[in-house]
Amino acid sequence: MTETLTAQKSTCYHCGDDCFTTDFIAEDKHFCCQGCKSVYLVLAENKLCNYYSYNRHPGSSQARTDKRFDYLSDPAVASDLIDYTDPEKTIITFYIPQIHCSSCLWLLEQLNRINPAVHYTRVDFLKKQLNVRFDQRQLTVRGLVELLSDIGYEPVIRLQDVIKEQASATKDNLVSKIAVAGFCFGNVMLLSFPEYLGMSAFENSFKYFFGIVNVLICLPVVFYSGWGYFTSAYQHLKNKVLHIDFPLALGIAVLFIRTVAEVFTKSGPGFADTLCGLVFFLLVGKFVQKKTYYHISFERDYRSFFPVAVHVIEHGKEKPVPLSQLQTNQRIIIRHNEIIPADAILLKGDALIDFSFVTGEAIPVSKTLGEIIYAGGRQTGGAIELEVIKAVSQSYLTQLWNNEAFTRKQHNRMQTFNQRVGKYFTIVLLAIALSSFVFWAGEDIRRGLAAFTAVLIVACPCALALSTPFTMSAALSIFDKNLFYLKNPAVVEQLAHIDTIALDKTGTITNSGSNEVELAAPLNDKQKQLIYTACSGSNHPLSRMICKYLGAIEKLKTDSYDEIAGKGIAAVISNHSVRLGSADFVFNYSNVTSYSTKVYILIDDVYYGYFSFRQHYREGINDVAGLAGTYDIHLISGDQDHEREELKSFFRDDARMHFSRSPQEKLDFIKSLQSGTHKVMMIGDGLNDSGALKQSDLGIAITDDVNSFSPGSDAILDGRSFGKLPAFLKFAKDTVKVIHASFLISLTYNLIGLSYAVTGRLSPLTAAILMPVSTVTIISFTSIATHLAAKRRKLL
Amino acid sequence: MNIIYFLIGCSLLLASCFLAAFFWAQRSGQNEDLHTPAIRILLDDDPEKVEIKK
Repeated sequence: MTETLTAQKSTCYHCGDDCFTTDFIAEDKHFCCQGCKSVYLVLAENKLCNYYSYNRHPGSSQARTDKRFDYLSDPAVASDLIDYTDPEKTIITFYIPQIHCSSCLWLLEQLNRINPAVHYTRVDFLKKQLNVRFDQRQLTVRGLVELLSDIGYEPVIRLQDVIKEQASATKDNLVSKIAVAGFCFGNVMLLSFPEYLGMSAFENSFKYFFGIVNVLICLPVVFYSGWGYFTSAYQHLKNKVLHIDFPLALGIAVLFIRTVAEVFTKSGPGFADTLCGLVFFLLVGKFVQKKTYYHISFERDYRSFFPVAVHVIEHGKEKPVPLSQLQTNQRIIIRHNEIIPADAILLKGDALIDFSFVTGEAIPVSKTLGEIIYAGGRQTGGAIELEVIKAVSQSYLTQLWNNEAFTRKQHNRMQTFNQRVGKYFTIVLLAIALSSFVFWAGEDIRRGLAAFTAVLIVACPCALALSTPFTMSAALSIFDKNLFYLKNPAVVEQLAHIDTIALDKTGTITNSGSNEVELAAPLNDKQKQLIYTACSGSNHPLSRMICKYLGAIEKLKTDSYDEIAGKGIAAVISNHSVRLGSADFVFNYSNVTSYSTKVYILIDDVYYGYFSFRQHYREGINDVAGLAGTYDIHLISGDQDHEREELKSFFRDDARMHFSRSPQEKLDFIKSLQSGTHKVMMIGDGLNDSGALKQSDLGIAITDDVNSFSPGSDAILDGRSFGKLPAFLKFAKDTVKVIHASFLISLTYNLIGLSYAVTGRLSPLTAAILMPVSTVTIISFTSIATHLAAKRRKLL
Repeated sequence: MNIIYFLIGCSLLLASCFLAAFFWAQRSGQNEDLHTPAIRILLDDDPEKVEIKK
């Protein structure tokens, strides 16, 4: 008997997970589930088993899939996904988060060996996208998705927004602008050298020629590459904002006008190389700042959480209907693991709804017939039938999006350092330029003009404009290495100014989905086997967890089996009666004083003990709670307060823990924290936090899988890096200090340059040297200082 | 020294050719995915002959 119990653990040939049963074996290979096994069989049949030779266990677990794609037969849904179609070929792009290794790449690009109707497949590894060209006469979109799903790469159709977003984002041609500016910079430099090195009288005839060519080359730099600065400065002026782009645009304009004037009056060589260099470096700074995470979307709302289509029952027949066309009074059917898209009344079936993502309740709730089920819950267990009572957009959950926090524009959040400084910088710059003009103009109007333009040229805040992008991009890549993804560089500065932190509970400080199972019962192996057998027949999440906890045990013969949804299991297994479940199910009375969820064990009418399920807190919770000294920390949860005592050990202060808050109350709570001058950071994971995330000064969505759904936010934090949060906050502050220091450095260069400029005798050579030198200093200083700071905070 | 005029013309023309080549590459999407080709090149053309590596 003991031999079978200690059945050796094997790992799944496909995905590498531990096998809990020995039910799935094909060709001497063990699999953890039917899904993995069938993927293997499909590949074996098509002689594609080399998939397994490039990497060990290249697949991803197929245990949790609901392969229902009949809604794709609806042409309206399918046509939304298609990029291009004509009678002969159709092109479609899928988002497949499972793409992670060379085997994936190889297999997906061999798709036409499985189905010849697929002409061509191309994987984009970083974006995790698959571009497919196929013949729609031989293979439908649904067939294609099913084919992908059969080989273990089910596309995520709900998150199609990622693809759409990128398609629209690639419109600006910054790279081309940089290319033009770089090309012109190089050529102008070449033509300016003879002037700097000194020309003999004999060569002086070239001077004019070089000047003309320089002006010609400058034209594309000013009117193509640098044009963005003029439009931006104009836009800001129209909104009565003195943005840093204004002195930049002024500098570019003055450089160009003075160059043209000098060349055509033959009074000097002009500043063509400084002009080209300036625009080139500025654009490079812009480019560096633009970090895109191809596989992450920060702008998701409930629409990407909900399914694309639901099954409606009409005249006794099931029919997939796109979500947008779902109407009230329609009957819908929701199966295991599907999400309820609209508020509805339960008509049929055992509803056991997991609301963890919507309300923060950790344990699935059972509902009785006739009860209203709010949208966003996930059914666990069998199929249920519901009648829709509210349209998707009118549902309880989605109403949150009508709040003003969602319509408010982002830019009136915190001002960045550059924006604040840019204003004063511009005023001071103009004052110096004008006063030096006035000072010299009395003597010599030409010298006055020369001084005026020279000041604008030399003090052009090139280094200042570059200090922030380069520091931020270095900081961003350090955050990125630590699995913390920021929406844009400005978020780093916001992070540094936070003084209040609000934390959600379920899924944020607890690990969603992984509860800790504790067995408080002296069971022998035989009894464990009985319990395993009883639980293995149930789909309830608690039964699954018990099975996983007990490990792979051989099942016994079941004589009778009865599962009462939401209560427990009563079974007779090899002549022993087994009762597992809640207190009122097992003992016929309920004890309410429990802090955690428990499953009681009764075998042959003898009470043995219970399994208790506790939320598993994320690693590093102590570190985050330790911030309480410097930050004002609040816990704000949608769940009941049955964990209050345990949480007290982390948060100490009872008054800072708030339970049973609705999504709207969370939003209002953040608002109340913000009144005063507090800058609030909200960390949450679910749809119920979206309002609070949006309202806060900095919203961080925490997730265990960055590819899955997370609510719209400013930053996405991988759950594994939760404990690094204090380091992140400190590092953000360091980054701001680096920006301040580099601002001082660039100011020093400006002062040196100004001391030449105010005299009106700025030589083009001085400008041509000063500008690149200051730029290189700033770039190297910011990246070195940022890396040192990261090392100090142990983030590198 | 008048050859300078010609030489500068040549150098600009040549450089413009490179710029045009870059534009062409950019427009044809060659720079869009810089990561996947690096993996793709490691995969064998004829996968039938790949030995099982442990």
